Formats: sequence, C-alpha cells, structure tokens
Amino acid sequence: MKTYSGKSVYGGIAIGRIHVYKKNESMVRREKIDNPDAEMERYERAKAEAVAQLKGLYDKALKEVGEVNAAIFEIHQMMLEDDDYNESVENIVRTQHVNAEYAVASTGDNFAKIFAEMEDEYMRERAADVKDISERLLAVLGGGSAGAVQSQEPVIIAADDLAPSETVQLDKDKVLAFVTVHGSTNSHTAILAKTMGIPALIGTDVELEEIDGKFGIVDGLEGKFYVEPDEELLAQMREKQQAELAQKEMLQSLKGKENVTLDGRKVMLYANIGNVKDLPKVMQNDAGGIGLFRSEFLYLESDHFPTEEEQFQVYKTVAETMAGKRAIIRTLDIGADKKCDYFGLEAEENPALGYRGIRICLTRTDVFKTQLRALFRASAFGKLAIMYPMIISVDEIRRIQEIVAEVKAELTENGTPFGEPEQGIMIETPAAVMVSGELAKEVDFFSIGTNDLTQYTLAIDRQNPRLDEFYDPHHPAVLRMIAMVVENAHRENTWVGICGELGADTELTEEFLKMGVDELSVSPNYILPVRKRIRETNLEA
Amino acid sequence: MKEFKYVITDNEGIHARPAGELVKLAKTFASEVKVAKDGKEADCKKIFALMGLGVKKDQEVCFKVTGEDEDAACEALEQFMRENL
Repeated sequence: MKTYSGKSVYGGIAIGRIHVYKKNESMVRREKIDNPDAEMERYERAKAEAVAQLKGLYDKALKEVGEVNAAIFEIHQMMLEDDDYNESVENIVRTQHVNAEYAVASTGDNFAKIFAEMEDEYMRERAADVKDISERLLAVLGGGSAGAVQSQEPVIIAADDLAPSETVQLDKDKVLAFVTVHGSTNSHTAILAKTMGIPALIGTDVELEEIDGKFGIVDGLEGKFYVEPDEELLAQMREKQQAELAQKEMLQSLKGKENVTLDGRKVMLYANIGNVKDLPKVMQNDAGGIGLFRSEFLYLESDHFPTEEEQFQVYKTVAETMAGKRAIIRTLDIGADKKCDYFGLEAEENPALGYRGIRICLTRTDVFKTQLRALFRASAFGKLAIMYPMIISVDEIRRIQEIVAEVKAELTENGTPFGEPEQGIMIETPAAVMVSGELAKEVDFFSIGTNDLTQYTLAIDRQNPRLDEFYDPHHPAVLRMIAMVVENAHRENTWVGICGELGADTELTEEFLKMGVDELSVSPNYILPVRKRIRETNLEA
Repeated sequence: MKEFKYVITDNEGIHARPAGELVKLAKTFASEVKVAKDGKEADCKKIFALMGLGVKKDQEVCFKVTGEDEDAACEALEQFMRENL
C-alpha cells in the first residue's frame, strides 16, 4: 500500500480502479502534405466541430455550474475564432506544406508561450486555455472525441493536470474522483469539480507511472490518496463512505424539489453566505436565492475602505451568478467586535450595544454612500435586494431613504445605469419588533436576525459561557416576537424571512411555517436538511 | 479617428472574461479598434492580442477607433470599460 497527500478541493470518499488520464498532445507528427487547400478545408471543418463542442459544453456548464464558471467555454470559442491564431495555422500549413495537426500544435505552443512568459500569475495560467483549445482541435482532427473515458466501470481519474473542458465533459457516471499533480484551488478545474460535487485532490505527490489500473481510495475529507490499500483500511473506508453516501443520497434526492409542505404550503429557502467564494455552495445546494449576503468581508479583508468599483465588481458577480434569483445583500454591519483598523473605531465597554451597523452608516455617510452606489449600479445586472442592519426606528429608515435618494440623483446626473432593488431591514432588536407595524409600511421585506434578537431579548451575552445554563434558544419570548413581526408585516404586505441560526433549526420549522414565515435563510449546508423537514410537515394535521 | 483613455480599476485587470466581452463588443462595429498600452498596440477584435497586452489594475489604456461608426463604437466601448473594468 502507498499513501499520497494532496489538497482536497471537495470532500467525500471514492473507492475504485485508477485511470491515468493522458492527453493527446504527444501523438502529433509532422507530415508532408501535397494539397494545402484540402488540408485547410480539413482544418476549417475541425474548427467548426470544435466550436460546436464548446457551445455544447457552455450550455452544459451553464446549467450545472452557472454563468460565471461557464464563461470560459465562450472565451475558448473566441480563441478558436481568433484571426491571429487561424492565420498562424494557415501560414504554417501553406508555407511548410505540413499537416493541420502539426500546424495547430506549433501555433498552440507559440501562443501558450506568450502567456507563460507574462509577469502576472493569472495570465500565466491562461497558457492552459491555449493548450486546451489546441488539444481540442487535435482531438477532432484525429477523429476522436477529446477526453472521453473508455472504461466501462467508474474510475478514479488521475492526471498531471486537467483542463476545464476536460473536467466538465467527463461522463460523471464514470468518474469517482479526480487526483491531479498540479492545479491550484483557484483553477477553473478546482471550482468546477467543487460545483459538480466530485471528490478531488490537487497538488498530489503521486507517481502517475506507477498507478494506472491499480485499486485506490481517495479520501477527500482528509486529503489522502491510498493506492492498493490493505484489507483493514479498505473496510474502514467503506464504512466511512457508506455513512457519507447514505446522508448525501438522501439529500441529493431533494435537489430540484420544491420547498412545499404535505398540505401544499410553499416557502422560500435561501442561503446565508459571507463571501463571493461561497457562491458555488449556494448553487450546489440548490438554494432558491441568497437571503443574507454579509458584505463585511469586503471591509475586513481590505486594508483600506473598499472603493465603489471594488464593491461593484463583487455585487455584479453575485447578481450575474444568481441569474435572476434574488440575492439580498446586507450593508456593512461592523462594530467594535468585528473591526478594521482603518475605521479608527474606539474600543467600547459594550460593543453589542455600541456604535455598529446602521449607526456607523448614518454617521459616516461617505462610507455608506460608496456602498449604496455600488449596490444600485450592480442591481442593473440581476435581482439584488438591499438589507439594512440594526434598525430600531422608523426615523432611521427615513434617513436611509434620504441618502438613497441622493445616491440615485447622483447616478442619474452622471448617466450611470442602475437598477431598482428591493429594500428591507433586519429585525434584530426588540425595539424593531415592537414597532414592526410601522416599519413594515416603509420597506419591502423584513429578515429576522434571531442571534442578536435572542441575545437582546433575553439579556444574555452569548460570548459568556457562564450564562449557558440560562440560555434557551426556544424561549417563548423570542418565538412570540417572531410571530408578532410576521403578523404586523403581513398586514402591510411586507414579506418576512428568518436569517439567524434559528432558521435552520428543524425542530422549529413547523412552528415557523404555522406563523406564516415566508422565507428561511440558512447556511448552504442546511438547505437540503431543512427542505426535507418542510416536505415532511403537514400544517393541517 | 476618435480616441479615449481609460485607467483600469478592476483588481484583476483585463482578464479572460472581460477580454472576451470586449472582443465581442468590438466585433459588433465596422470600425477598426486598437488598444494601446505603453507603446504596445493590439487589435481589440482579437482576444489573444488583447490579453497579450497584459493590462493590469491602475494601468492606462488608450482606445483608437477608426471607421464609419467610430462615434457609436467609442461611446459603447467607453461605457463598457467604465462598467466592467
């Protein structure tokens, strides 16, 4: 038995035979031809076929992994149709009287070199795209289909590296896992593997010549790759795999299903995320939208106030990736406990009751306006909604709306396009609960932040472990508050979601539905378990 | 000929995705569209040439548009740059 280590891109366990994936590149021979016109015709046909394949891949990826990740295949099409690339191929064929395969391979190498020599790491990685399109052309010219796995049984694919088109076109029923020697966590392949939900290890120290056809185990949870495992390990891994599979299968079977109770009541089930990097998880878990996108990471991961452009790019990515599904972005909710040095906030005795959230936004309007401008502009690219945190009064909403009006007037004046996002507020203070009837008249939606609401209602600091015995997450005071908010909101046709931890508490799902909660927003991992609970619930029983 | 200058604000520069979109947009116009950076010039309708410029954040590029629809092309390209890069 041999054990290798790699960086896991996606968890899960795969057990099976290893197939070492080899590219076609080594097979290109330089051959003299007599008729360059005929050879160019052959090239043009191959190019048309390759472009058609890429269109197919684009559609497949669009469905499986979303527009942002699929875009690479559109770019590959453009690369194939690039004048410089095609002129280079034609030039080689006509002046050297050689076969199209050789011309394509030479051109691909030359263009890849341009990228490989660039300073920028991102651009250097694009050399792989050039190789990818060239290999696709070669595969078509050779009459084979690129990257198809020939084996009958599903296998663990091991390779030096995999191009994005290679990963996405593999027949998923035939692939148990990926193990690659190269690749980065930011590569298209890693992102695609993750969104497709296939266990994958990258940067693995494996010796490819040694393992083809052998039996292996990929442990994506631990980042290990075992070749020819012994009986004991195999039994142990099978057990681990069974437990994982049973859970996963049960949940996977819920993908694409509606969030509907046995008696027909539907509810929106959204995801909470805190970084653009989490977007694939939203798609993987089949969330109907994003119920809470915490924008703090933009500020916390930066050493300066994030500019309007920096923020706009992020929000636009979210809007486009969600492709028409609602994405609620919460404006900056920073305070003395989550702080950035450049804000220059003073330490406070009691940060939970301190200078935070909307209170900062309403006093530092320059910071707030930058974020609002970015959000309104990005709203032109999808269905964004804006949510304001820590609200306690109607007056605060009026002040926000004055600032929003200024922002919109400025954008209009500059001729900058913007959308009209829905606007809502977090209900996370007992004050907001008590005046929720009035607040509901001012906004499109509420989202109840149960973590803070519970802490403020019970007067229990959750950071203090000595208070654990007094802490009851299901305290009737909190539940009655939620019921009260829903009732007040619905009177004004304002919809209500829950985005705190309580939203994922399946012991309460039925109660929330009975109260009339319209939306539950939970961590991506909880989407399917909560969907399961919803579908087992009968509100009329 | 019309021209305009633009300083890139996007963190990743003219990377694959916007380069692809920019080429797509440039191809919708009959005019010739050139992009110049530090004395190097590329045809904006060719994705390899455009990406080969390696344009990064905070760098200035100059668009030179020549042809019958140069006014419309300039306006569309400038708007695209402002919104995406």
